[in-house]
Amino acid sequence: MSKLHKMPIVVGLIGLLACALILEYSVDAGWVMQLVVPRPSDTILAFPEVQADMDLFGNFFVTLAMTAAATLLALIIGVPFGYFLYRNTRYGVAYEGWLAAAFAAPTVLLYPLFLVIFGRSHATLIAMGFIPGAIPIIIQTRQGLLGVSKTLLNVGRSFNVSERDMFWKIQLPSAVPTIFTGIRIGVMYTLVNIVAIEYLIDFGGLGRIVSEMYFRFDTPGTYASIIAVVFVSVFFYWGFGRVEKWLRPV
Amino acid sequence: MAQAGVTEAKPAVPSMDGSVRRIRLFTALGLVFAWEIIATLGTVGVLYNDVVPHIWNIVVAIYEELISAGFYRDLGITFAEHVVGFIVGSIIAIFVGIWMGTSPLVRGALEPYLNAIGSTPKIIFLPILFLMFGTGIESKMAKGSLSAFFPVVFTTTLGMVLINPVLIRVGKTFNLNKWQMITKVYMPAMVNPVITGLRLGMAITVIGVLVAELKFADGGLGYRLGIYYEQFRIAPMYAIILIIFALAAAANVGMTRLQDRVNRHMAPTTTKGKKAAATASGGLGVVGTN
Repeated sequence: MSKLHKMPIVVGLIGLLACALILEYSVDAGWVMQLVVPRPSDTILAFPEVQADMDLFGNFFVTLAMTAAATLLALIIGVPFGYFLYRNTRYGVAYEGWLAAAFAAPTVLLYPLFLVIFGRSHATLIAMGFIPGAIPIIIQTRQGLLGVSKTLLNVGRSFNVSERDMFWKIQLPSAVPTIFTGIRIGVMYTLVNIVAIEYLIDFGGLGRIVSEMYFRFDTPGTYASIIAVVFVSVFFYWGFGRVEKWLRPV
Repeated sequence: MAQAGVTEAKPAVPSMDGSVRRIRLFTALGLVFAWEIIATLGTVGVLYNDVVPHIWNIVVAIYEELISAGFYRDLGITFAEHVVGFIVGSIIAIFVGIWMGTSPLVRGALEPYLNAIGSTPKIIFLPILFLMFGTGIESKMAKGSLSAFFPVVFTTTLGMVLINPVLIRVGKTFNLNKWQMITKVYMPAMVNPVITGLRLGMAITVIGVLVAELKFADGGLGYRLGIYYEQFRIAPMYAIILIIFALAAAANVGMTRLQDRVNRHMAPTTTKGKKAAATASGGLGVVGTN
């Protein structure tokens, strides 16, 4: 037991396995309706079927492409706008409250508007991914540039560094870790919004598969596609967390 | 010199405030102007025909919503789903958070799974909730609970982990049992992070419930929004969105004020209380998702 205390991840895995076994037995015994919760073994076996039927990997790349496009757009607009707010203090102060409010607002509910404008298309997905992605990038870019050490700026000035070099060689490298935090949050929100909209409008990649599996009453397939979305979120979360740690070594 | 500095600095603040106010005013006016131009172009059939209604039409639609009985029925449904979902999800989350906070083993075992699900769009679990609870208000309440659970569990755990160890040692020297430790030491020390989590949870629950209503429902503000979209009634659609935004903002402001009040009345009890509040948007680093 004391050894297990030192290995919480093993305890977690054992717990997960035990829950899966209990669920398997409960479904077999008829305590849990198979139509509501499938056997874990059936869910695992449903993965190849979903892949063959719905092209899980192909749709993963559709969602990935939408997320990448929305994030790229958010970066192209968010970083320069964040820099503008940093350079123009009054605008920064004037808009920071608005940006925070917009970030907290339920922007996902705007999707009917984009459906009306762009139709049921990839443009709607990208637009809906762009909004929650751009706001944290703008906020964190400004915060990162505001947080650049005065000592570094003074060193730059003492070397008579030009305004352009000051930005590219001192300010931007110092602000990169903070900006990246904004990018990480932005990418996660972009992904979440895109999958949510895919699910709501039955269009696009992984979200559409979940919706379609549910409409077919393919319960193991529904669970398998949901688990696939969880894996993709974990992959993004873990991957960006690693990059952030690498950028912020201390 | 210092005196001069003070006298020079004083007028700078109102000047800054004044220019900030001017920027906000001109930006708002600019947005209204741009909106009206697009709306006019739409009216004459040049751009996005009828997609962008005139502001006056939206104001009228808001008024019509506010005087219609159906609106209050839907508001009541959404409110009930939100309140039940939020309370159930938060209570479970607080207990799980305390459990995780007091036991490093439980924390280490559960954290990877909670992080994994916490960063996933919760709407994706809607099919499971529909299978379990049907497409009535019960599934929306369950969705609300799921949405509320994660921010609250992360901030509660973080609050527990960051409790000043001196307080815990004092409790132990008085031979407090586990229950006394929770009620006399942990809970008072965790009020601030828990309220931060509740504030976030409340905001995310609103979104979670409304999005669930948009998918399948026969009542609620999300359902109403979906119906207007299907009927291409654009002005009422904007009206509902604006009303939802206003209600969400009001709830957020209310929780923020409650938190500020608690902050004023509570002595700092965590070793890194500020950090707990600052990281609350992500709990243990996880992005809160709807």
